[in-house]
Amino acid sequence: MNAPVPPPTACGGIDLHQEHGQRAVFCGLTGIVWLHRKIQDAFFLVVGSRTCAHLIQSAAGVMIFAEPRFATAIINERDLAGIADANEELDRVVTRLIERRPDIKLLFLVGSCPSEVIKLDLSRAAQRLSGRLNPVRVLNYSGSGIETTFTQGEDACLAALVPDLPRESDTAAPSLLVVGALADVVEDQFLRIFAAMGIADVRFLPARRAGAMPAVGRGTRYLLAQPFLADTARALEERGARRLPAPFPLGAEGTTGWLRAAAEAFGISDDTFEAATAPGRARAETALAPLRGELGGKRVFFFPDSQLEVPLARFLARELGAELVEVGTPYLHRGHLAAEIEWLPAGTRVTEGQSLDDQMDRCRAARPDLTVCGLGLANPLEAEGLSTKWSIELLFTPVQGYEQAGDLAELFARPLRRRALLEV
Amino acid sequence: MQLTLWTYEGPPHIGAMRIATAMTGLHYVLHAPQGDTYADLLFTMIERRDARPPVTYTTFRAQDLGRDTAELFKTSVAAAYARFQPQAMIVGASCTAELIQDDPGGLAKALNLPIPVIPLELPAYQKKENWGASETFYRLVRALAGAPGARAAREPGRRPLCNILGPTALGFRHRDDLIEIRRLLDSLGIDVNVVAPLGAAPADLGRLKDADFNVVLYPETARSAAEYLKKSFGQPFTQVVPIGVGGTRRFVEEVAALAGLDPAPVLDGPGSRLPWYSRSVDSTYLTGKRVFVFGDATHAIGLARIAARELGFKVVGLGTYSREFAREVRAEAAELGLEALITDDYLDVEAAIRAAAPELVLGTQMERHVAKRLGIPCAVISAPIHVQDFPARYAPQMGFEGANVLFDTLVHPLMMGLEEHLLGMFREDPEFHDGVGPSHLGGTPVAAPPPQAAPAPEAAPAPIHLDHPVSVAVAPWAPEAEKELKKIPFFVRGKARTNTERFARERQLPLITLETLYDAKAHYGR
Repeated sequence: MNAPVPPPTACGGIDLHQEHGQRAVFCGLTGIVWLHRKIQDAFFLVVGSRTCAHLIQSAAGVMIFAEPRFATAIINERDLAGIADANEELDRVVTRLIERRPDIKLLFLVGSCPSEVIKLDLSRAAQRLSGRLNPVRVLNYSGSGIETTFTQGEDACLAALVPDLPRESDTAAPSLLVVGALADVVEDQFLRIFAAMGIADVRFLPARRAGAMPAVGRGTRYLLAQPFLADTARALEERGARRLPAPFPLGAEGTTGWLRAAAEAFGISDDTFEAATAPGRARAETALAPLRGELGGKRVFFFPDSQLEVPLARFLARELGAELVEVGTPYLHRGHLAAEIEWLPAGTRVTEGQSLDDQMDRCRAARPDLTVCGLGLANPLEAEGLSTKWSIELLFTPVQGYEQAGDLAELFARPLRRRALLEV
Repeated sequence: MQLTLWTYEGPPHIGAMRIATAMTGLHYVLHAPQGDTYADLLFTMIERRDARPPVTYTTFRAQDLGRDTAELFKTSVAAAYARFQPQAMIVGASCTAELIQDDPGGLAKALNLPIPVIPLELPAYQKKENWGASETFYRLVRALAGAPGARAAREPGRRPLCNILGPTALGFRHRDDLIEIRRLLDSLGIDVNVVAPLGAAPADLGRLKDADFNVVLYPETARSAAEYLKKSFGQPFTQVVPIGVGGTRRFVEEVAALAGLDPAPVLDGPGSRLPWYSRSVDSTYLTGKRVFVFGDATHAIGLARIAARELGFKVVGLGTYSREFAREVRAEAAELGLEALITDDYLDVEAAIRAAAPELVLGTQMERHVAKRLGIPCAVISAPIHVQDFPARYAPQMGFEGANVLFDTLVHPLMMGLEEHLLGMFREDPEFHDGVGPSHLGGTPVAAPPPQAAPAPEAAPAPIHLDHPVSVAVAPWAPEAEKELKKIPFFVRGKARTNTERFARERQLPLITLETLYDAKAHYGR
């Protein structure tokens, strides 16, 4: 940590820095908390330590009490004594789990730091168990902190699904695939807009049920709904699918750009596109207008968390007139974020990676009006007099699309409004 | 491998964090992978701390494993020292770093820092949070309390001096317990030398030996350290935990004896309101209320005593997730004629609660949710807890004010006596039928699934408290017996139904009649 910061590299018109050191981020296991809500007949079994179980419990909050479809197989000393023993133990735990939850159709064995470090081969375990538990499908991916940061857990999960997706024949008509877990209500809104544009065959990855996962083939054109899906995109390309380069559907402008990418790929006329998107754009404008006064000119600092930081910063800067002090991101995928980087105000400082204490020093020195950060930092920064927006909410709240543009801005405006309201 | 959904305790390094965060001038460097920093939010969110915990994580990633994680650890320690300038440091490994076998102690020693650096061995695959806290505190005291030796005699005329050991960060009501116990000691004429770990600096641990004796508030965290101080400096320590009126009185007597003082002024003082409140006639209805107690050992034992001896409840279940203190809990349960439940599996606890059919559950956050599902009133008496149990108001559990708080806490979830009487009287009114839940639980009661076997002749109202083992046939209810059952106040109807059906089953009666209902009532009493 505290390694010398490499000199800025040019990337679009932004001021890009890379930083190494202590990182205050979640590991990929956290993705389970929203993924299990999305795929309604899947179960996520973490193979890890008590720390992993404690992490998910802490991140899931009250959800832990709702008979959720996730659990941890805690490795103990006996498992560490010999790997063969650990495999038998895993089979026993999984068998018991499936007996207790016969409604489960898809089981993910989720790797953790301990299981990766002892090299417990979960992919072989998944194959073995798939054969034995047929028709329950068993897949595996890693959500370990050594390999994944927060939302990358979703990337790893979806990438694990891709080889398993049904094969679309090469002669099938082009279809549109939307990739990245979205709230059901957002999916339905997008479906209506695509239908109005005349794109009928729209599929989602992940689907809401294990048995309804979309087919993929050479005719598949996919739109990333989330910026953190590097491995999933690679796996889809290997299946012959082609990515439609686009900004991300955050804010009215992002949503329009995202939808336009699909419209262009499917040869939709400008008139049809206008007709399909105009009502949404108008509503988003109505919702955003009153918030410009509150957020316009406000100086915003992003700590790295989810890789959503760049599109969110773009939205705040361009649609609400905020100023960007620093945009931290755990990882910057130059290709997938090309349109976003293009849209960021020239000279925006983007920091990839983190050295926590140094970044906090910069934040304190800049004294931004609003700091977007994780829950471990939010209260300490508030106590120093800085307004914060805790970032995890941006993952759990529906924020994509026209209808949510106002809600998204509201998430950033509320802490500022609250600070103004409080007299004591 | 153990299939786990809910854990009562975190891993042992969380315990070490609770000690480090409680103290000042101490820094913890934790060799841990990226992601383990989630633990910060327990302190900043649940306890609402206004500063980051004094913990630096190495946050190594896969690419670091190929290189030198040991080097990363060393630079992290050096950087943390340079930035925070602590009086002392603790260093250790989380579960993953334990597997990669860097040696935090040895690596930190090689840096030759001008402060004490104390290595922690916390076996993450064997032990848990409370053990980690206890071990960390013990290691700190061992390293910083100074060379063992005899204490200097107390100067004549000086007030007796004690240390208070045990309060930590993220402790259930530790903040206010400390205020209450300090006040109690002061009114006895005893001065407090050092409180640790909460609020203590490493240098303060060097002054521990100046005290005449130690007050151990939470044996889970402080007993090992107290035993070390007894061995090294001859300091005796308290065994009584001052929870409840009885506990507090015995604590006052014990402390006064250790200090060579007369406990009478405090014992004869105003004390707690609990004894009078508990004797007032409104509390008569509390007599024999069935209560199930589960939590850490200290609070489970303390609350079982209050429930049985100070409120007149009937304790129908007692258990703990603290295996380290299983013996103490077993002994307490035996005194109550029970077998203690020692488990860290919440499904076992849920099954035990169902089987005991209590009218009140005292437990942790998890029991609160189990009780909610079963429609049973509940109060939280032990960690793990959520944010609402770090209240803004003064809310100790210990001492006389703690007893006042506990009276309210234990009684409020139940219906007050007068309210219960009136509800019984007006039970035919539209507001008070059994489809309406007790208002303090909000909404409708959670109805357990109706009996699966042998359907009753007419649609039975959903039992409020319990469902029934599917495998055992339940005798059908005769219509007039069913009608009579409905005349029993709804808040005891579930139990009446269960008792009657058990009575019928044990006697293999083919039909539950009016007589069966009253035979069962006479048999079980209340």
